[in-house]
Amino acid sequence: MISVSVAMQRRNYGYLIWNLVIRDFKIRYRNMSLGIFWSLLNPLVLMLVLTFVFTRIFRPQGVENFHISVLSGLVVFSFFSLAWQSATVSIWANAALLKRVPMPRELLPVSTVLANALHFLIQIGLLLGLAIAAGYQPALRWFWLVYVLGMEIVFVCGLSLASSALDVYFRDVRYVVESANTVLFWLVPIFYSFTMIPERYRTLYQYNPIAAVVLACRTVIMENRVPPETLLVKLTAVSIGTLALGFMVFRRLKSRFADYL
Amino acid sequence: MACVIFENVSKTYARQSRQFFWRFLLQMLTGREPLSVRALDNVSFSLRDGEGLAVVGPNGAGKSTLLALAAGLLQPDRGRVHVTGRVVALLELGSGFHPDLTGAENLRVNAALLGLTRRETNAIFDQVVEFAELRDFINEPLRTYSHGMILRLGFAIAVHAQPEILLIDEVMAVGDQRFQHKCLRKISELRQQGKILICVSQAPAELRPFCDYAIWLERGHVVQQGPAGEVLEAYQRYVMNDSPDAAKAGASAPGARLS
Repeated sequence: MISVSVAMQRRNYGYLIWNLVIRDFKIRYRNMSLGIFWSLLNPLVLMLVLTFVFTRIFRPQGVENFHISVLSGLVVFSFFSLAWQSATVSIWANAALLKRVPMPRELLPVSTVLANALHFLIQIGLLLGLAIAAGYQPALRWFWLVYVLGMEIVFVCGLSLASSALDVYFRDVRYVVESANTVLFWLVPIFYSFTMIPERYRTLYQYNPIAAVVLACRTVIMENRVPPETLLVKLTAVSIGTLALGFMVFRRLKSRFADYL
Repeated sequence: MACVIFENVSKTYARQSRQFFWRFLLQMLTGREPLSVRALDNVSFSLRDGEGLAVVGPNGAGKSTLLALAAGLLQPDRGRVHVTGRVVALLELGSGFHPDLTGAENLRVNAALLGLTRRETNAIFDQVVEFAELRDFINEPLRTYSHGMILRLGFAIAVHAQPEILLIDEVMAVGDQRFQHKCLRKISELRQQGKILICVSQAPAELRPFCDYAIWLERGHVVQQGPAGEVLEAYQRYVMNDSPDAAKAGASAPGARLS
C-alpha cells in the first residue's frame, strides 16, 4: 500500500505567500541606490520613449493616441510573458528549498506570478497616468480593469502551475514557453488594433485570454465602454478552466518532485 | 497528540544518468525496470509524544532519506508513513535564506516557511535574535554574516518555531563549542516538554541523553534497532573495530522491534 499522511496543521498560507512575494520584490532591487524606485523608473522610461516614438515619429493615419493603444498591449503582454517564464522555472530555482522545507509546492509558482503582478500593478498605474495625460477622462468603468486584469493573473497562475510541474521532469519546457511567448507577442494585438484582424480569426482571438485582456483594456480606457459580455464570459471561462487544469496537472506530478530535483 | 509511525517503509531512487524523457522511452520500448538505488528497505518504527530516536550509520545508509520521509518531503514506494503534529525539519540550516536580505527579513521568511503566522513570528522574534546572539547585526544583509552566524540564526528559528516533532540532520557542528552546548541544552529542554525528536549524527555520545531508541542503518537496511544504549554501543564497537563481520553479526541478530 502506498499512502502518506502528513498532517498539515495550518491551512492558512496567506502569511507564507505574502513573505515569498515580498522576498521576491525586495531581492530584485536590493543593493541598488535607488532601491524599489527602479520598479517605477524602468517602465516609466520605456513608456516615455514609446510615447515619443508613437506620437512624434510613427503615427498611423486615422488612429488616435496610438501610443496608449500600444502601451496597454505591451503592459498586459509583458506581465503575462515575464510571469509565465519566471514561474515556469520557479520549482527548479527553489530546488534547495523544496528538498528541505515541507510546504505546499503550489505556493512557489503562484507566489512568483504574484510577485510579478506587483510590478504589473505599478505599470498599470503609469499607463493610466499617461492615458489621463493624453486626455482620457477617468471613469468608474475603469474598475472593470480590476476584474479583467485579475482574470489575467488567474490565467497565468493556471498556465504556470502546469508548466512549472512539467519543467521538473522535462527541463525543455522552459524553452517551449520561451518560444510560445515569441509567437504570442505577434499573435496578441499589441501593434495592431482588434479591428484590423480579419473577421474569421476574431472569435479565435477572443479565446486567447491575453488578446481578450488587451482588447478589454482598450475598450475600457480608450472607448470608455464596458467590455463586451461575450468577451468577459469567454475570458472568465478560459481563465478559471486553465487554473483548474493547472492545479490538476500539478497535483498529479508533484508527488515525485523530490526524486527529480 | 503527536506521533511518527513508519510501517515497512521502502524508498528507491531512479538513477538519473539519462534525462527523464529518454529513460521513460527506453523503459517503454524494452519493458525493463529502470535502474534504481534502494535508499531505504523495509523500515518500521513508531514514536509517540516524548520519545526520541537516533539514527546512525555510515554515509549513504539512508539516514537523510528517513528524515525526508518523516518530514513529508519524499513519498515512500512501499509501506506507510504516518505523521501527526507540527514537524520542524532542521535538515540544512539556513535553507531558504537569501544573502541580500537582512537577518531580520530572512528570519521572517524562514518562520513563514516553517508554518508560523505573522502573530507567532512577532511573538518569537526577540527570543530568536537573543538566542542567536545577533542583536547588533540583525538588520545587516545576510551576506555579511559569517558561516557560524548564519547557522546560529537558522537553528534559533527552528527551535523557537514550536515544533512538536523536531528532525535534526547532523547539525551538532553548529557554531563554536559554547553555542553547541546552548543548542544541546535547548534540545534537551524541548525533549523535557515531551517533543518527539529524530536525529541523525555521527557522534552518538552527544545523542544518547535525548534518545530512547536508536536505529542503525547500513545501505538502507536496518542492522539493529532497539533501546538507544544497546544499539549505539553496538554501532560504536563496530565503528571502532572496523571489522567486516560486525555488521553481519548485527544484521542476523534478532533486532528488537520498537514499540
